[in-house]
Amino acid sequence: MSEVEGMTAKQKLVYYQDKMYKDALEGKAKGELVCWSSSIAPCEFCETMGIHMIYPENHAAAVGAKHGALAMIEIAERRGYSLDICSYARINLAYMDLLVEEAKTGVTPKELEECPGPRIPLPDVIITCNNICNTLLKWYENLAVELNIPYIIIDVPYVHHWPIPEYTKEYIADQFEYAIKQLEDLCGKPFDRQKFIEVQEQCQRSVDAWDRAMGKACIVPSPLNGFDMFNFMALIVCARAKYAAEDTFNTLADELQAKADRGEDAFKGGEKFRIAWEGIACWPYLSHTYKSLKSLGCNMVGSTYPGAWSIHYTVGNMKEMGAAYCKMYSNTELAHKVDVITDVLTSTSSTGITYHLNRSCKLMSFLNVETAEIVKERTGVPYVSFDGDQTDPRNFSPAQFDTRVEALAEIMEENKNK
Amino acid sequence: MSKVETIVANFKAIASNPKKAIADAQAKTGKPAVGVLPVYTPEEIIYAAGALPVGCWGKATKTISKARTYLPAFACSIMQSIMEMELEGVYDDLKAVVVSSPCDTLKCMGQKWKGKCPVIQFVHPQNRGLASANTFLVEEYKLVRQRLEEALGVKITDEAINEAIEVYNENRQATRKFLEVAASYPQIITPVVRHAIMKSRFFMDKKDHTAAIKELTAELEAMPVEAWNGKKVILTGITAEPDEFLEILEEFGLAVVADDLAQESRQVRVDVPDGDEDPLMRLAKQWQNMYGCSLATDRDKKRIPMLVEMVEKYGADALIYCQMKFCDPEEFDYPLLYTQLENKDIRNLMIEIDQQANSLEQIRTRVQSFAEMM
Repeated sequence: MSEVEGMTAKQKLVYYQDKMYKDALEGKAKGELVCWSSSIAPCEFCETMGIHMIYPENHAAAVGAKHGALAMIEIAERRGYSLDICSYARINLAYMDLLVEEAKTGVTPKELEECPGPRIPLPDVIITCNNICNTLLKWYENLAVELNIPYIIIDVPYVHHWPIPEYTKEYIADQFEYAIKQLEDLCGKPFDRQKFIEVQEQCQRSVDAWDRAMGKACIVPSPLNGFDMFNFMALIVCARAKYAAEDTFNTLADELQAKADRGEDAFKGGEKFRIAWEGIACWPYLSHTYKSLKSLGCNMVGSTYPGAWSIHYTVGNMKEMGAAYCKMYSNTELAHKVDVITDVLTSTSSTGITYHLNRSCKLMSFLNVETAEIVKERTGVPYVSFDGDQTDPRNFSPAQFDTRVEALAEIMEENKNK
Repeated sequence: MSKVETIVANFKAIASNPKKAIADAQAKTGKPAVGVLPVYTPEEIIYAAGALPVGCWGKATKTISKARTYLPAFACSIMQSIMEMELEGVYDDLKAVVVSSPCDTLKCMGQKWKGKCPVIQFVHPQNRGLASANTFLVEEYKLVRQRLEEALGVKITDEAINEAIEVYNENRQATRKFLEVAASYPQIITPVVRHAIMKSRFFMDKKDHTAAIKELTAELEAMPVEAWNGKKVILTGITAEPDEFLEILEEFGLAVVADDLAQESRQVRVDVPDGDEDPLMRLAKQWQNMYGCSLATDRDKKRIPMLVEMVEKYGADALIYCQMKFCDPEEFDYPLLYTQLENKDIRNLMIEIDQQANSLEQIRTRVQSFAEMM
């Protein structure tokens, strides 16, 4: 760990992320296995088997944030993918096509060479969990068929009546055993149950550290700028099963606490309003959305992201682990979704909330009207909605965003003066 | 009017006026109606409750106004019209409505029902090869049964479900037989007629539908097969509505010899397996045995070879991909299927199906040039 000694949390974030991509590429070159995984799929199984993990959503977000989305999206559309499909999926499926072409011809396609995101290797196996959406099932089905590789599915059925029923937990736990069998067949070696326990323990420590760091956003004024949270999220996605996540988030938590103790906040004393952001970030416009909010003195302190990776369970208990992966608020009934968002607002003392009507994400958009109305009724916190997309830059209007958040700031100002 | 013409006219009347058809069926059977949203629901449980399952697959609605408040424009067109009708009170006479959750849109639709009757939501497992998936689905079906009992004030027995399975299996078998026979009689079973016969399943007591379809099949079989001078196509997708679209196919001499539409053949593709076990387990196994559908996760995407085989089996000249607007499960299957069809030199055309379409002129032009190319 000497390489990271003395590093700030941000430096560690960059270091560990780069290392993971590098290790996966080098590992692949040596014949080691690589798995592509959805962002909140259980990483514990592949980690136990020593498989390198790559997260296409995270990768697509990075491509989007670096303004490389359109080139990929055009390739996907040429291939026949509708522009109505999730833009993460389009970017990834296009990227996969380019990697396949490179592997077949030995020549790196121009678009791959010019893609600003990190290079990733092709997978030998894929794993997805539909706790985020059923779109993932189709996206990964296409990857499995195109690449002719094993497809591990962790199906966490939509919880239309909260709480999660026992029979759902049993079904998920059984799928874990099937996933283990698939991995044993692929790797040609038995699954090491003792190592699995150690991996689970690491995941729990990483999640505790994540909670601790993200919890600093509750301090008023907040030492954490919510857009940094969007960036740090990469590690809880990609490195939950590694010490890297625990280390980085503990450093971050310490830094934020020290900042708060010094009486400093993320906006250098300029935190006028505290707001929540419901939905995925608009990665190509991260800077615009951040600056727009900052100019109004709005610190985005509330988000459902921290809770999404707050995956707690008793180590060794497969049913509890299943429930932990199933409980994602977008995978649960409206009433529970409302509870989760209400909790975000109250715990972070947010006095406004923006809802991202995300063209790429039907599941995180189609209940927005009902959610927003009930949450407002319950908390009195005003909301605005804006049209956007997680990575397709064509579906976001900076002017509309600015107008909406200005309106929100006005209402919050009025409420403040009441 | 010949016997065939009479039976066909009756099917067409039912399909074109569901409200009257449902009222007639209720008057005849005395049964209350329970709505069933797309795509797959174990209607047998509803039937066993002594109710009439009624399909709710939207309708051609040129303007969506009330639904706009609750559903963004990028929700699929079928759910747009359902939401519009929910808000217009079209479904308020139903005793309950059952909503499955095979896609992200339907997950949400089950949570935002605006009609007055109770909504009963359930979810199919997607890791379908596993025994535990069946056990899970049995528990979901138990909930459906329990909530239907509450909504209808009845007790649904295993015996009644077993009987309903018999009725439905017979209907599925009879419908499949009809479709096989109908492929040889495109002059009579035109695309519009074929669709009406399939659609009327949603508004009739299945026993009556079975009797009518068996009668029609027997009449057809007694008729000589005439040479077909036009071309033969296969339709795949969620639905191939409205009738105006099917009329365009007729206009350019395209016969529908088989389909893989969720609203049509997929509904009758797989029977509930026989056996002495719990009828809910038998129903669960039907879902496990389902294949070739974009909404039933399949690691091998066997829908693609299935469609290629269908083209060969029916000697079809082309395949038409009826892409429901904003239906992403179908949108994901298309590029892979397209590549395979092109590799095998199978002619194909993708048409966007939109229940809110103002004009089908663009589709007419595309179908015309497609037919001319064949």
